[in-house]
Amino acid sequence: MTDARSAVMVATTRHPWGGVVRVGLLGGVVAVYLCLVGIVPTFAERPLISGAISLGHTALAMAAVFSGYLAARRAPAGNVQAVAAGALAGAIAGSALALLVVVGEVVDVRAVMLQASPALYDLLTLGMGLAGFWIPAVAGAVLAGAAAAVSILPSSYRLPLSWGLVAVVVLGLFAGLLRTPMLTGALSGVARFLFASDGLTPVGAVITFVVAIGTNVLQRRVLVRQRIAEMPATRRRALLAPAIVAGLLIVLVLPLSLGGFFAQVIALVALYVLMGFGLNITLGLAGLLDLGFVAFFAVGAYTVGLLTSPGEFGIAQWPFWAAIPFAALIAMAFGAFLGLPILGIRGDYLAIATLGFGEIIRILAGSDLLKQWLGGPRGILNIPKPIDVPPDHFLAGPHQIYYIALACAALVAFVAWRLRDSRLGRAWIAIREDEDVAQALGIDLVQTKLLAYMLGAAFAGLGGGIFSALVGSIVSSSIQLFVSINVVAIIIVGGMGSIPGVVVGAAFLIGVPELFRELSSYRFLFYGIALIAMMRYRPEGLLPSRIVRRELHVPDEVAAPGAPVNGSAAG
Amino acid sequence: MTGDANGTGGDVILRLEDVNTYYGRIHALQGIDLEVQRGEIVTLIGANGAGKTTALKTVSGLLHPPMGKIIFDGADVTHVAAHELVRAGIGHVPEGRRIFARLTVLENLHMGGFTRSVAERSEDLERALTLFPRLRERLSQKGGSLSGGEQQMLAIGRALMSRPRLLLLDEPSLGLSPILVQQIFELIKEINSQGMTILLVEQNALQALNVAHRGYVLQTGKIILSDTASGLAANADVRRAYLGEI
Repeated sequence: MTDARSAVMVATTRHPWGGVVRVGLLGGVVAVYLCLVGIVPTFAERPLISGAISLGHTALAMAAVFSGYLAARRAPAGNVQAVAAGALAGAIAGSALALLVVVGEVVDVRAVMLQASPALYDLLTLGMGLAGFWIPAVAGAVLAGAAAAVSILPSSYRLPLSWGLVAVVVLGLFAGLLRTPMLTGALSGVARFLFASDGLTPVGAVITFVVAIGTNVLQRRVLVRQRIAEMPATRRRALLAPAIVAGLLIVLVLPLSLGGFFAQVIALVALYVLMGFGLNITLGLAGLLDLGFVAFFAVGAYTVGLLTSPGEFGIAQWPFWAAIPFAALIAMAFGAFLGLPILGIRGDYLAIATLGFGEIIRILAGSDLLKQWLGGPRGILNIPKPIDVPPDHFLAGPHQIYYIALACAALVAFVAWRLRDSRLGRAWIAIREDEDVAQALGIDLVQTKLLAYMLGAAFAGLGGGIFSALVGSIVSSSIQLFVSINVVAIIIVGGMGSIPGVVVGAAFLIGVPELFRELSSYRFLFYGIALIAMMRYRPEGLLPSRIVRRELHVPDEVAAPGAPVNGSAAG
Repeated sequence: MTGDANGTGGDVILRLEDVNTYYGRIHALQGIDLEVQRGEIVTLIGANGAGKTTALKTVSGLLHPPMGKIIFDGADVTHVAAHELVRAGIGHVPEGRRIFARLTVLENLHMGGFTRSVAERSEDLERALTLFPRLRERLSQKGGSLSGGEQQMLAIGRALMSRPRLLLLDEPSLGLSPILVQQIFELIKEINSQGMTILLVEQNALQALNVAHRGYVLQTGKIILSDTASGLAANADVRRAYLGEI
């Protein structure tokens, strides 16, 4: 820590407190921005701890905490200096808010800044108005000073404390979601005690904080990770079995106790997991960046719509189960048809060409030209559910789509996993690494690339078919470029070429934004920020595959025993 | 593929007849005639941009000549695709080594044996590792972490994994220190002594003529001279132009 701080000191040859002041000013800009774009007022309507702290306050507090943390790292050496630096930066950031209150109360700036309302000022001054303008500054100083103090504690104190705070925020965010299913079961007393209807109860927050710290400390004391790592392989495998069973129970049984909205969300997540697995073959294994994924999604969705709908555009009124293989097959045929002319294109150019296909299909789907067959913007309606059950049955809602998507995703994962270690999988990897050399080693480029593209297309078609059954209709406005972007982003955030990575990526990028629908369009702001942060600090993804990890963590390997000292130098 | 070409001697493994290759609009090879006998090392020497690499790419099918004829092992392979020529018995070590930097040494070698069955592959692997014992120590290391010399060995080993009958080597000494250059040429000689026919492209003409049996001198897409290696090494024009003598 001291080393890091002095290194920063050397880098900034200007006044030692200059960096701290800059952090404070930056924090102030961020805080004012959060207020004026409406994030703070919107978030304020959702409590984190019922009756005490709202999400809006939390957002501002987080700005202060980050300022304090960054300021402590830029402060001159010494514990007192670090805490003082945090407090100073927090005070500066808070003063910016104080200034906003004063200016706003004296001069009405609402003509320019829609969100600069008295409600916002009340929020910032805890209801005191102009008389309480000093509150943000003092609160900022206290919070940032505390954050700075925590940041210089030894990790055995710092990590449990941070962990406790994170646990309170996360549980507070998901309180409503967790409470509903618990109320119906034996846990209803606990649920009422911990959760209010709109967040944690104050007592619940304290309990969460203490329990999170306790488990973290205990885990460190008992050295869980180290012990597992030191275990013989047989015992580790014995531990794995119950973990898998628990995981399966959570995935298979838990959704049944959750409400329809949550089932809708996880059905969508499972659908994107399925499509992520599909694109993972095209992009992760064969290295073909396909931005036209939505084209095959559309083909699959319209195929199921046309074959099953009893409405005006339906042509067959088949059951879902008869139609869904055709969704995959016809999408695959489209993949072959569209793939052949463009697979000679390499790298970035292929991405642009596939992007073009996606757009062509999207526009065709909504066009007047195909309106008499596909329904144009009105689309195909009344697509039946795959399993016809009475309305009170446990599979009546989106639950059945969740299980179908889950089963298909498992199938695709199995196919992808078997393919990766196959001859074809090795051919894909060779092409991804170096096309020319792959050809010179006996790999048929056209055939191999086309197969990857067609398989990706088939799985996109499968996803589209299930999607149309989930929604019950397919309209041209569902065919969005954003579908393609989402699938690519899932793979990159999860970790290129990694199967568990896709699951994590889909949960993070599809599930979390859906759960925060009430925070309206701001969730996309956080989606963007999360993507940028991800690429900056963890480019290999959340759960990277072996090869990618190898590439991005070269130092580990050069330092490995047996590696030549002049390893990377040309001999 | 048509049958035997023009009744040439049975020991000719590769023959180029009036081969013309274009790189876009550049006429890179302008009527090349060339012959490699089974068991020989034949070298193509010449200055930068003379068409040496183009010639190798044309032989291995990465480029296709609109005019001329390529006969490999008695069959016309002029229009055969590169990946099929690997099965037919042509192994290509590309310029700049081009190993799979992110894959391990073992994975690189396995990729080389793509056209072979699993059983054949383990046998080929053993052979390659006997030839390059240093690769055995590095099997689980990633290709990009090898030194330049080791990477060259890996590139040659990878090409040998397909059990070629003709090995095309493009600038194996490129970017290596003098000691390593010496080592690589020793290895080329050894591979040849085990019965491998080699077509070698080199800028390092002196070393190439040292190991080769015969040689061709390429200049701006045309062969201007061909002789035994010792004959070329003794040729005054060659010495002046390519061996750095005044």
